[in-house]
Amino acid sequence: MHATTTTTVRSTKPASGAGRRGSYRWRVVDIVVASVIGVASGLIFWVWGLTYTPLSTGLEALLPGAQGLTGGVWLFAGVLGGLIVRKPGAALFTELVAAIVSALVGTQWGVLTLVSGLVQGLGAEIVFAIFLYANYRVYVAVLAGAGAGLAMGINDSIFWYAGNSADFKTIYIICGTIGGAVIAGLLSWIVVRALARTGALNRFAAGREVTARV
Amino acid sequence: MSVLTPARATGRITRINPVAKLAASLVLSAFLLVTIDWVSAAVALALESILFAWAGLGARAFFRRTIAIWIAAPLAGITTLLYGVTDGQIYFQFWLIHISDGSIALAIATVLRILAIGLPAVVLFATIDPTDLADGLAQVWHLPSRFVLGALAGMRLIGLFLQDWRHLELARRARGLGDTGRIRRFAGQAFALLVLSLRRGSKLATAMEARGFGGDTVRTWARPSTFGAAEWLLVVIGAAIGATALAVATVSGSLNFVIG
Amino acid sequence: MPSRVPANTQADAVADGSAAGASLRASGWGWRHAGRAAWALRGLDLAIEPGERVLLLGASGAGKSTLLQAFAAVLGGADEGEEEGELTVDGMPPASIRGRAGLVLQDPDSQIVLARVGDDVAFGCENLGVPRHEIWPRVDAALEAVGLGSAGSDAAPGRGSGLDRAHPTSELSGGQKQRVALAGVVAMRPGILLLDEPTANLDPGGVEEVRDAVAGVLRESGATFVVVEHRVDVWLEVVDRVIVLAPGGGVLADGAPDAVLGARGAELAADGVWVPGQDPLGGAPVRTRERTLPSHEPASVPASAPELLLSTHDLAVARMPGRPVASGIDLEIRSDTATALTGPNGAGKTTLALTLAGLLPPEGGEVSASDALRAESGHPDAPTPDAPRSAWRPGRRRPRAPGPDPLSWSSRQLLTRIGVVFQDPEHQFVTGTVRGELEVSLKALGLGHDEIAERVHEVSDRLRLGSLLAANPYTLSGGEKRRLSVASALVARPRILILDEPTFGQDSRTWAELVRLLAEQMRRGTAVVAVTHDRAFIEALADHELVIGGRSTPTSATPTSATPTSATPASATTASATPTSAPAAPE
Repeated sequence: MHATTTTTVRSTKPASGAGRRGSYRWRVVDIVVASVIGVASGLIFWVWGLTYTPLSTGLEALLPGAQGLTGGVWLFAGVLGGLIVRKPGAALFTELVAAIVSALVGTQWGVLTLVSGLVQGLGAEIVFAIFLYANYRVYVAVLAGAGAGLAMGINDSIFWYAGNSADFKTIYIICGTIGGAVIAGLLSWIVVRALARTGALNRFAAGREVTARV
Repeated sequence: MSVLTPARATGRITRINPVAKLAASLVLSAFLLVTIDWVSAAVALALESILFAWAGLGARAFFRRTIAIWIAAPLAGITTLLYGVTDGQIYFQFWLIHISDGSIALAIATVLRILAIGLPAVVLFATIDPTDLADGLAQVWHLPSRFVLGALAGMRLIGLFLQDWRHLELARRARGLGDTGRIRRFAGQAFALLVLSLRRGSKLATAMEARGFGGDTVRTWARPSTFGAAEWLLVVIGAAIGATALAVATVSGSLNFVIG
Repeated sequence: MPSRVPANTQADAVADGSAAGASLRASGWGWRHAGRAAWALRGLDLAIEPGERVLLLGASGAGKSTLLQAFAAVLGGADEGEEEGELTVDGMPPASIRGRAGLVLQDPDSQIVLARVGDDVAFGCENLGVPRHEIWPRVDAALEAVGLGSAGSDAAPGRGSGLDRAHPTSELSGGQKQRVALAGVVAMRPGILLLDEPTANLDPGGVEEVRDAVAGVLRESGATFVVVEHRVDVWLEVVDRVIVLAPGGGVLADGAPDAVLGARGAELAADGVWVPGQDPLGGAPVRTRERTLPSHEPASVPASAPELLLSTHDLAVARMPGRPVASGIDLEIRSDTATALTGPNGAGKTTLALTLAGLLPPEGGEVSASDALRAESGHPDAPTPDAPRSAWRPGRRRPRAPGPDPLSWSSRQLLTRIGVVFQDPEHQFVTGTVRGELEVSLKALGLGHDEIAERVHEVSDRLRLGSLLAANPYTLSGGEKRRLSVASALVARPRILILDEPTFGQDSRTWAELVRLLAEQMRRGTAVVAVTHDRAFIEALADHELVIGGRSTPTSATPTSATPTSATPASATTASATPTSAPAAPE
């Protein structure tokens, strides 16, 4: 009886329930790793902020747009999550978790950090969606970073720089986009390659692509 | 006590469902974001101070949590002072910089507005227990539980990651790399932290799956999350503050829409 | 039985009277992880009957963990690997009856899911859809079953070992974490308990804690039990069957514990399994104690008495400034001797080690380096058998000696004087290749290309890393990572080597290698300081043991504020740790 039951079950169902709805369904490991990347990124943001921004903040306030360039650092979580997990919503989810961590650890903007995270994550997410979650080459990563930077630029222009001139806003948004493309986009792509070589991404297509079959 | 397990049930505000705090804060922000003028911001700030006093967060804790905003608000104000929309008499001009009557008014409005939006956002968040928030998000707002709990489980690792970071730092000194190249070292540590976190994340995912997480069964909740009168009251207060601020600004004729 | 179990399974299980124990079958089963050419396991035929208690052994890489994960249905879907043959729990594919198998893993930190003890234990029940009113009684019963009960949510702040449901999981000891994880599994009322090296990361106290909790649970539930563990003695009295997996697939041996260990003991020991009665060192003492037996001394080593390198006076150490964990420590570290730092969890052993290493500031008292240690030049004239340490080559600039406080030294000055091997090797990896790891400190010292190549060659040869030089350090096995972390400290030829739990979780082969290597370093004049719980390690190597007192096991259920660390001054005592193997070093 056992033999017959199991044979039929086995032929219809591979190893677990995952993957039934094609590759778009998130596995548990996708969810947990995306959130863990978010958490680690949130902490990296925080340490970065503690260590390096007090020196530069004053200067940035005086130079139009410089904030936008360095703002790219705050955007890498989403692109990284999207590149590693490769599921719809990965960039959004990861950036949002990073934002929550920033808000929890303190020194940040409370609930508004979540709004920023949501908007920035969405900027990257839209780019991955345009490529149908099937293309994760370097130019897609750069575009996703740019998307996040653009979203950040627009969002900040409304929230914080509402009273500023159109010139300032334009420069700020352009700088944000460039910063996002380079720091969040290109850098994240390089980081994913390096992470794959450590074997930490073995459960992900992003990791198995880089490491040879051993 | 870590950020993840703040002492429960001290002070009035702590007992309110976190999603209500989130909602109140978002509603209030939505009203204030419509306009940039000093009247609405000042009115909101005045009304909020009553809320802060009621929240039962001591003055020390209040300023410690909100210090970033007290720094950021004037800085954003300076930016607006230099690059704000020009209007009235111009006092100083250099390249893109125009300091005028208009930009001075806008700078004051910017400072007040950031305080009015940022302070309640932080104060309401400061008293949130992440576990309660997750319960609320999944049970009250019905966000997908797999993602809410996945995020929550990831958050628990914060403490471990901080410890990892410390050891990564010490290890670099022990290996002779502690003297130079701060930025490079920071990048290296950040990378190592990502590797460690991916490892821990994969293991955590296995442990969670082993406990039936992510299966097809509809999950139950050991602790109920409720949204009652107190929660509604907080949201209404948030909306009322925002509406009052806008109303006063409209009546006084100082309303200044951000878009349009 | 909870209603979630499919009807036919439930009937099967209930039929034999004890609803608890599940049966496990594998026939011709195999699994290959995606991206791997080799199968983790292949052609496995195995049957485990309800209520059996099995110890699963095999060389590392034999696929033991993979098998446990397959039974627990957590190997992942078709995109994560390739499956062949058939594997069932109670005659069903494991994925269809999730919750029937409960799995506890090795790393205590990675399997606590939530921030509070009660929530964490309830997690599995919630996922299985257990009704709320049934969850909390189950949680309390499960905590009781693993010996953490008696508190409940409203009970008086627990004395004894009980934990409040709201107790933060981050404040638990390793053994407690594993017991909470076990409780989380027990609350699901599984028919099989699968444990994957559950005690490998624990100190001896924690090991016993967890073993006794498991034994208690099994007595009550009658669940089938499979444990993977390379320390056989821990589980010997709990299990009634031992299965040895062959590397690459198949079963090597299967039967009663005595029979299997009797027939295969030596073979298993050679594969790194800790078999009772098998000495990993083959019975030979690793330290010949040259000072008392001068005839054995290699000619190149100075015959003088051990040289004082580092001493502490009334030292207090703290992880966080203002919160001392141990105090009143007087310690002398001399060349050619080994000092073991022991004591219960949380007593401040690691903190002391990092303070001695000049990485953390002392909370009180002082650490001071002797002139001999300060004068260390950092040039290639450091001690080696070939180049006696006194030979300073002219023509090179001798750097000015730093002050007596190691904390004030630069990172580079530290490198050639005090080497540190961290508990987690991954914390000290800084490059993308094994070769890079070995070179990076030497480059920081500004050594020449040839010198670097020579040293890397020597140390990689000695530590069997030669074939791995191009590999990424993170991809190494646990034993290889440990060897690399030791090698990367040794390559700078420090006069003092400080190690934090170097033998934690290591198999017996790596263990023996480490012990021999450290003994050899000491013959070259290096002082070894090791934080350890490992009795065998202490007996093989140590000249002195410093027991760090501190509070007893942190099982208090009250908030931490109730037991301020400062109120329980740590004691530090020195005692000879090697009464049997050789006369203690003259002091």
